[in-house]
Amino acid sequence: MGHFLTYVFEPGLLASGPVRVAALVGGIVAITSGVVGVFTVTRGQSFAGHSLADVAATGGSGAFLVGLNQFWGFLAFGIGGAAFLEMIGVQRRRGRDVATGVLLGAALGVAALFLYLGSVTTSTTGASFTVLFGSMFVISTSTVPALIASGLIALAIVITLSRVLLLSSLSPDIAAIRGVPVRAVGAAYLIALAVSVSLSAMVIGAVLSTALLIGPAATALRVAKGPVRAMATAAVTGVIATWLGIILAYDSYYWPPHGRGWPVSFFVVGFVAVFYLLSYLRVPGRSRERACSPAS
Amino acid sequence: MFTGLMMNTWIAATIVAVIAGVVGFFAVLRGSTFAAHAIPNGAFTGAAGASLLGINTIVGLVVFSVAGALGIGAAGRRARHDVATALALVMMLGLGALFVSVSTEYAQETYSLLFGEVFGVSAAEVLPIACLGAVSIAAIIVLFRPLLLSSAMPEVAEARGVRARRMEISFLLIMALATSMTVPVVGALLMFSLMIGPAAAARSFTSRPGLAMTLSVAFGLVTVWTGIVVSYETNWPLGFFVGVMGAAFYLFGRAWAAVRRTRAVRADLAAPVGAAA
Repeated sequence: MGHFLTYVFEPGLLASGPVRVAALVGGIVAITSGVVGVFTVTRGQSFAGHSLADVAATGGSGAFLVGLNQFWGFLAFGIGGAAFLEMIGVQRRRGRDVATGVLLGAALGVAALFLYLGSVTTSTTGASFTVLFGSMFVISTSTVPALIASGLIALAIVITLSRVLLLSSLSPDIAAIRGVPVRAVGAAYLIALAVSVSLSAMVIGAVLSTALLIGPAATALRVAKGPVRAMATAAVTGVIATWLGIILAYDSYYWPPHGRGWPVSFFVVGFVAVFYLLSYLRVPGRSRERACSPAS
Repeated sequence: MFTGLMMNTWIAATIVAVIAGVVGFFAVLRGSTFAAHAIPNGAFTGAAGASLLGINTIVGLVVFSVAGALGIGAAGRRARHDVATALALVMMLGLGALFVSVSTEYAQETYSLLFGEVFGVSAAEVLPIACLGAVSIAAIIVLFRPLLLSSAMPEVAEARGVRARRMEISFLLIMALATSMTVPVVGALLMFSLMIGPAAAARSFTSRPGLAMTLSVAFGLVTVWTGIVVSYETNWPLGFFVGVMGAAFYLFGRAWAAVRRTRAVRADLAAPVGAAA
């Protein structure tokens, strides 16, 4: 058993600086995404969540182009995208996915341009890969405080609003009768979503941040009773998936092909998917997720 | 601009725009834009996997996009649809990240699979695109009426004996077929923009299905042709022009619809007053 543990936890894992930063930042991102994701899944806004990640990544490549810190590019475009979605009415179910799709298509086009210009001016071909798939082991320590702060802001918004948000997600009409400003609450939530998504887009990659947003939350909504427990379960599930992913990615430097390592994003997504599938083993025939979702 | 190699580009891009316009019309009508985003990304993973294993790229493309379509369809029955799509998407992209990072020739390959390599189309690539395009358009024509009914009025379709689930799976498979051929040419991300932008714009102009589909194809063709010309002149990526023009068409369509609505309201308000006077 002891031998097995040394095999899984390679010696030097916790002594490595990049691994510590990755574990810390990855943990924060997983908690934020898990909590925010519970509402994303309940409100049926998975596509918006994913699109905001891609829009934020476009900002990331734009920042890369002009030589700014990528963090601000991610954040600015993420929030700008959220404002646009709010303006064109992401709250309405009908036509919402189409408008989101058009925004996403435009953002991807601009991303193509930024990456092209980046490869022309700086001749670094790896940029498209890093921006899209992220790289948890190369977070610069100077951005860590800003990452933590924005994660806390997103968490604070969602937790403060959680009661009204839940009511207006499940039944907008009842919420409106009770005097909840449904539209304003939705807009505030969208900002929190944008902050959390641009954060995770930077850490585990734009494309795969959706995994931490949707996967743990969908799992939690299936197994946990009540919104508070669902948020806690989602956060814990996300953190476990992220940390296990980091450990395996660290180990994978000793796997074939030798010396390069497998991407940490792959492992995190793998664990997220496994946890979601495991949730189907529990309580067969009774779906929490359906109970918590608005009739569509 | 119309020399031998560029002719391939023109032909391939035209075929892609027609397929995307037709398939995209139904994608927009059914609200399955998220699936339209996820399935081409699955095809990207297939291509990356095939190049890693050294097998034919087309096999990888078809296997992964069809698997993605079936996965979304099957999981959508038990879970929320957008959740199932999101999870299928991230699983495929997670695998894609692995394939790309393990293989040796990664950076340029990733860029062209995601954003396309439309100016490097060879004559040998045009024929399979044309064949698969013809097959998917034929499938749409055969299924046109039941698909339209189940997309626009699901309850009526059920009452008439059209199986909603069967239609969903068939449509996702057609989309997988259409994207698996087009991804190596225009890229996963561009294929998505081409399916959504023109079709969404077309729907703002008319609610008649035949006309909307024609308009959607026409917008797609204008987008792609203009994009190729400008991209040829400026050397900027085609994906940029297609993405931005798709959004421009859509915003123009929305503005057009809004103007028409206010006019109709004004006419309604004016009519009784005029009648009374």
